[in-house]
Amino acid sequence: MKVVSLSCRKLTHFLFNKSIKNYLFHTVDLGTTLIMPPVATDNTSHTSRKFTQVCDILEKNEYNPARLIPILQQVQEFYRYLPEDVLAFVATSLDLPPAHVYGVATFYAHFTLIPKGKYNVRLCDGTACHVKGSEHILHALYDRLKLSPAKQTSDDMLFTVETVSCLGACGLAPVMVVDEKVYSKMTPENAVGIIEEIISQEQQ
Amino acid sequence: MIDMLKTVTINNIQVPIEGERNLLELANKAGINIPTFCYHSDLSIYGACRLCLVEVKDRGIVASCSTVPEDGMVVKTHTEEIREMRKVAIELMLANHDQNCTLCPKNTHCRLQTLARELGINEVRFKRTFKQQPVDYSSLSLVRDPNKCILCGDCVRACSEIQGVGVLGFAGRGDKSRVVPPFNKSLADVECVNCGLCATVCPVGAITPRDDVDGVWKEINNPEKTVVVQVAPAVRVAIGELFGGSPGSVEMGRITAALKMIGFDQIYDTSFAADMTILEEGTEFIERKTKGERLPQFTSCCPGWVKFAEQFLGDMLPNLSTCKSPQQMFGSVAKKILPEQLGVKKENLVVVSIMPCTAKKFECKQEKFKKDGLYDVDFVLTTQELGRMITEAGIKFADLQPQSLDMPFGFKTGAGVIFGTSGGVTEACLRYAVEKIRGIKLDTFEFQEVRGESDLREAEFDLNGLNIRLAVVYGLNNVKRLIDRIRKGEVYYDLIEVMACPMGCVGGAGQPVCVDWTTRRNRTNGLYRADKMLQLHKSQDNHLLQETYKNYLGEVGGHTAHELLHTDYHNRRRLYGLTMPVLDEAGTPQLRVSVCVGTSCFVRGSQTLLKTIVDFIQDNGLAHIVEVEATFCTENCDRGPTVCVGENLICKATFETVTQSIRKELDRVGVPM
Repeated sequence: MKVVSLSCRKLTHFLFNKSIKNYLFHTVDLGTTLIMPPVATDNTSHTSRKFTQVCDILEKNEYNPARLIPILQQVQEFYRYLPEDVLAFVATSLDLPPAHVYGVATFYAHFTLIPKGKYNVRLCDGTACHVKGSEHILHALYDRLKLSPAKQTSDDMLFTVETVSCLGACGLAPVMVVDEKVYSKMTPENAVGIIEEIISQEQQ
Repeated sequence: MIDMLKTVTINNIQVPIEGERNLLELANKAGINIPTFCYHSDLSIYGACRLCLVEVKDRGIVASCSTVPEDGMVVKTHTEEIREMRKVAIELMLANHDQNCTLCPKNTHCRLQTLARELGINEVRFKRTFKQQPVDYSSLSLVRDPNKCILCGDCVRACSEIQGVGVLGFAGRGDKSRVVPPFNKSLADVECVNCGLCATVCPVGAITPRDDVDGVWKEINNPEKTVVVQVAPAVRVAIGELFGGSPGSVEMGRITAALKMIGFDQIYDTSFAADMTILEEGTEFIERKTKGERLPQFTSCCPGWVKFAEQFLGDMLPNLSTCKSPQQMFGSVAKKILPEQLGVKKENLVVVSIMPCTAKKFECKQEKFKKDGLYDVDFVLTTQELGRMITEAGIKFADLQPQSLDMPFGFKTGAGVIFGTSGGVTEACLRYAVEKIRGIKLDTFEFQEVRGESDLREAEFDLNGLNIRLAVVYGLNNVKRLIDRIRKGEVYYDLIEVMACPMGCVGGAGQPVCVDWTTRRNRTNGLYRADKMLQLHKSQDNHLLQETYKNYLGEVGGHTAHELLHTDYHNRRRLYGLTMPVLDEAGTPQLRVSVCVGTSCFVRGSQTLLKTIVDFIQDNGLAHIVEVEATFCTENCDRGPTVCVGENLICKATFETVTQSIRKELDRVGVPM
């Protein structure tokens, strides 16, 4: 058990001082009373593990509003997107206006507020890949998965198809990346084949 | 001596640098007008609109708002190249703008319109990219029309820098950038305090005060209805500006004449209710001070401030004066007394307010100010809306012969009139409290100590050995800072007057648009002049008010007075409709536990509490029947952390009280642990 110390006097001081940063410093200081829970064990449910993770991320970043971007990055790693409720929770915890956090989350292309599919398909549409016909591949993927530029995630939440500007692998153009795996010299047929393979894997 | 001065040469004129922060201010001083959208002297420098571009020799073209003047700089402000760049900037804005100017509330006083005319733009050379988006009519005070927004960010900075609310922010990027409340929610569902400062600084019609003129016309034209109207103090020193008059000229007589011509049945003065507020609030203050409880006492006249406190300062709510604002006092007294006096049915009496304020529109529509299904105040019109009604009625305001107000609620003392400026409530309160505590009649009535323009003023008085420390503050961010210092014990006050708008109501968002200090100053001086011209200056000398107390209200601070003139406050959540599932394994949940993780509860340790509750439920194998969620506010911020177990609200919750309650609830539904 991790014991966090917080004296009554310090607590009062803190309540009138509301600064979350102060709170953190004081928790390390003195006294005893509050008992923190043990680290989540295996029987913990999925949701509560996620919530604990968000709290841990905030703690690791010392509730520092200047570390908003790394915090959001780490949160997105767990959720695979940034749910509104979690953003609001992060904003309250960092004492930032929710509008500000929403602004940052919508500014960077890296962040997404819409849930992504289990498999993230990124197709390169940089100059080299474009010249080598990446557009045909994209349309083949869209046709197979019933997607469009406005709808990038399939209804079964299995696939998200995005285009990126350059993956830095122009020699292998056209390039497609599924999660972390890179596929080179793609054709529309190959690309759809990879998708079919994943689908049949999932169905087993 | 002249060559000792540091100077900048602007358009061949030598301009001395005298503390100007940037080239834009310096050029303004030299009588050169540089167009801008995003520069406001009260706000931080942003440099987004690129209209204030100037050419600095050896440096090229720079934004004058963000360039510090240096000795020897040579600046040109209106070269051919710069004028062309400005034109392009405006044309690009117009290509993406809802150009339906004649239907826009900002028509004829929109800065985009003015600049397009001044820069000689008669065609837009770019492809039109405008796409209609829905307008947000959800707020009772403001209308947000994203189709008009030019992304200057003035509202974003005003809301966070001056008011400390930060309800508006930039979202998206590039051509998808927009200014929106968090998560694209509507204004009514977020922590907006309705002060309307965003509407004041908005150069176009993207945020405007809500228009309620049509509703009032309908009541006036209904022969069954008797429509009475109250006029707030700050309105009389600003309305003239809409009809060619100068700021600060006192136009109460003409307003009365115009309102009579429009068709209002009785014309009264909110200053009468302000006098009433002083008696109630002064008495309340003296009582609290002698008992030494709930100090500092905060004033409660400003609905922007009250909502701010309800939103962000849950633990300070007991310190707010329980007095209703003068508008609401007037409303409840009018609805009680006037039906009998005027011989009309209660449901046929309509109370309209003319206010300098947008937040008053929100204030009057709260359920707590409703009695027997009728609101105490039915409509609030801003000074701007009154101006429009006068124009719609074809009245030549400047040519009107002044008329006198109706009795008894048209009678006031100067104390009730100075309510309209920052420091006025405090001064009016002093005029009452000093006489009351010292038990003597004062010869003078002015308290210069609390007057001024600074956004935080302090004064100290010694009254028969009773030391009273006062603070007068405007701008809600200043209040936030002041309260931080009070909490840290750095400062102590007994009475704090808070106004949300710059310089108080004279600078309100319902007034003719004004962002300059000269106008605000002149309006303030107008109120002090109006006070001087009246025969009576102290609320306690208002004999018609005393009669009203004698006939209808009883004692000051007594039972009836409390029922009619006082109110209570409740916490408000920041974001509506957001909860976060924490434990949702339950197939058919028998019990839901919600733990508040809003700011107040968070700092009281609700996050830790939440974790221990989840562990408790899992360790006891209850996860299949109990679900746990984090909510963002249960509106009990002063008694946090709060936890809801089923229907039971537990305040100041601890692990023990929550688990006990979970046990009890599970017993009740027949799943004993």
